[in-house]
Amino acid sequence: MAQDKIALVMIGGSSGSLDAILKIFPKVNAHFSTPVIVVMHRNIASDSMLEEVLSFRTHLKVKEAEEKETISPGHMYIAPPDYHLLIEKDRTLSLDYSEKINFSRPSIDISFESAADIYGASLVCIVLSGANADGAKGAAYANKLGSKIIIQDPLTAIVPFMPEQAIEHTSKNNVLSIEGIVSFLNGL
Amino acid sequence: MIKTSNKIEWEELEDLLVDITDIYGYDFSQYSKASLQRRILSFYLKGRFSSYADFRNKLFSDAYYFMYFVEEVTVNVTEMFRDPAFYKCLREKILPVLSTYPFIRIWHAGCSTGEEVYSMAILLKEANVLHKSLLYATDINPTVIETAKTGLFKASAMQQYSENYINSGGQKDFSTYYTANYNLAKFNEEFSSRMVFSTHNLVSDSSFNEFQLILCRNVLIYFEKKLQSRVLELFDKSLDTLGFLALGNKESIKFSSIAPLYIPFNSKEKIWRKIK
Repeated sequence: MAQDKIALVMIGGSSGSLDAILKIFPKVNAHFSTPVIVVMHRNIASDSMLEEVLSFRTHLKVKEAEEKETISPGHMYIAPPDYHLLIEKDRTLSLDYSEKINFSRPSIDISFESAADIYGASLVCIVLSGANADGAKGAAYANKLGSKIIIQDPLTAIVPFMPEQAIEHTSKNNVLSIEGIVSFLNGL
Repeated sequence: MIKTSNKIEWEELEDLLVDITDIYGYDFSQYSKASLQRRILSFYLKGRFSSYADFRNKLFSDAYYFMYFVEEVTVNVTEMFRDPAFYKCLREKILPVLSTYPFIRIWHAGCSTGEEVYSMAILLKEANVLHKSLLYATDINPTVIETAKTGLFKASAMQQYSENYINSGGQKDFSTYYTANYNLAKFNEEFSSRMVFSTHNLVSDSSFNEFQLILCRNVLIYFEKKLQSRVLELFDKSLDTLGFLALGNKESIKFSSIAPLYIPFNSKEKIWRKIK
């Protein structure tokens, strides 16, 4: 089967997902340069350190996603708290302060769907640990558009609910351990 | 035609926007498309039309329905004293400057249902300058303007607003500013008596007055770059020298044509001061 080259990695997670990201990225090879976007539910009050914490664990340049910014290789973009993050046709980032979806802003569903609209089969969505169902609908939508879906093995997740929901809603998915996700990314 | 996969293609969206401009004069062509597309799609799905063509017919034959469409596809999410640190800065750093003027004119561009306008009026009252202030509040959407005029907000939101108010440095009893009745809180008329409400479209309308403070928070994020520049130039034309421009948390005048005329006044709260 001819595979589209992956052009964007979207990562969605909630409680327990930071722990997974901090385990995954130190093991990702230095030649990995596919842009990564992290959409994580987080507490507005305690978020200021997130970019800094991540930047110690990856060679990618970690920064908060800014509106109208072009998605570039070698970068990890973090969705700012309290805004939805979308992707435009020209592969720039957009922010949106509309209603929360499933009590979430940023909504992983919105970001996955928006990325799938633009990237289709050249997108991979990774669903990590979390305590709500956000991400499942978006992963299902992306799945239909040919995006690759990777889900953290619920047995390895601190909070298994979000990966479980994603497994239930997607027809074609790959359930991987932390090590499995690492080797997948290193194979890109 | 629309596909059954519940997706509005880019081309369909572009056609729709062209027709809306031709028929109703509302130009959304320079809005950020990802967000607009999502909102139009969810509006269309909520309407349970038998086909996309049916939806277009309804939209272009029923002007009331079109206004409902405008109301739903533009984002009207707002709250009182949203980002309390921002209001704290207004209270402690900006109002002392504005208070030295004989008359204070403030423009809330994209005011939605008015929560931020009433918040500002409360700050002005507490600084004892409300009597010499006028708050101009505009939005593209006539329906939200009508709501804003009434000064009626959901009583259920008051607890959160009261917390925001206290975090902004408020020291009064917030509940003295409104009368709660059933599920609504009506803000005292001393506030609305200092407000002028009007529809104003940032895409097509021009400058209408000069102000010492312009607030436009979380509006520019919905516009493409070219339209952002137009709007910033419109604000510049409408702002006195030494006036203040306040944008949303994730918005900036950086890289715009007006940037050289301004200095950051509070970078974190996205407030600039016009120096030329």
